[in-house]
Amino acid sequence: MADTTPTAADLQEADELALVDQSRKGDGAAYGELVRRYERKIYRLARNITQNDEDAEDILQDTFIKAYEHLDTFQGNSKFYTWIVRIGVNESLMKLRKRKTDKTVPLDEPVDTGEDPVVREIAVWGEDPENKYSQEELRKILDESVQSLRPAFRTVFVLRDIEELSTEETAQALQLSIPAVKSRLLRARLQLREKLTRVFKRKGDDVFAYL
Amino acid sequence: MLTCKEFLQELNDFLDESIDGELRRHLEAHVSECPNCFVILDTTKRTIRVYKGMDPQTIPDDVHSRLMSALDKKLAARSNS
Repeated sequence: MADTTPTAADLQEADELALVDQSRKGDGAAYGELVRRYERKIYRLARNITQNDEDAEDILQDTFIKAYEHLDTFQGNSKFYTWIVRIGVNESLMKLRKRKTDKTVPLDEPVDTGEDPVVREIAVWGEDPENKYSQEELRKILDESVQSLRPAFRTVFVLRDIEELSTEETAQALQLSIPAVKSRLLRARLQLREKLTRVFKRKGDDVFAYL
Repeated sequence: MLTCKEFLQELNDFLDESIDGELRRHLEAHVSECPNCFVILDTTKRTIRVYKGMDPQTIPDDVHSRLMSALDKKLAARSNS
């Protein structure tokens, strides 16, 4: 057994578990607090995956309703967020697959062709974008860049680098192998790096090399 | 010395710090001698950092209200059952 002295992280965890416990007993205020903590993240996740505000709202509602209905299956050995984000991912993927008008490349297309990732734009960035742009401007640039990725790459990037799931959790949520997650993540990161470099590169610098 | 292609193949694990020992030393040696890969490593790190640093936007008030009333209905239905 671990040391019994609770750390700040332990307290936060215990607090959350207490909220889950109270919610299970039908305490609406406790569940409301859990919703308040994670609704922005679930909404962002849903928007990033579906790229559609209406779908994102449906997913937000379905995720929290489903989570409430299945609170008994939450074991408490993972973080509540990790658990609910998986519900959010499943709801988002179902929505994406159901969308009849979707003309984008399907999520499970074979993208791992064994080709080497390509790097074209190599330029040093200037000042940190966080300092140079307003939150709103930066958000727009980041959103547009991530939305221009193919769904298969975008979903992996969103889960790994925005929602900060582990490689294993991402693989499990998307029903992909770990090598497939790693390969898609590398391509996603390099493509975003490329797109952002075009915006953030130091003024006066231009492409100076090709690999 | 590793080639740039080999460096790129390992970039993810290098960034996620899931590489130790000999290979990590080879990758570090490559980066210290290859200006292109140094820039790629730096700008990829910054790409990830800028995304991780972005707080989720506040959700629109009406979206939040509709979520809460959908949940209220659910809770009410449960307590009545």
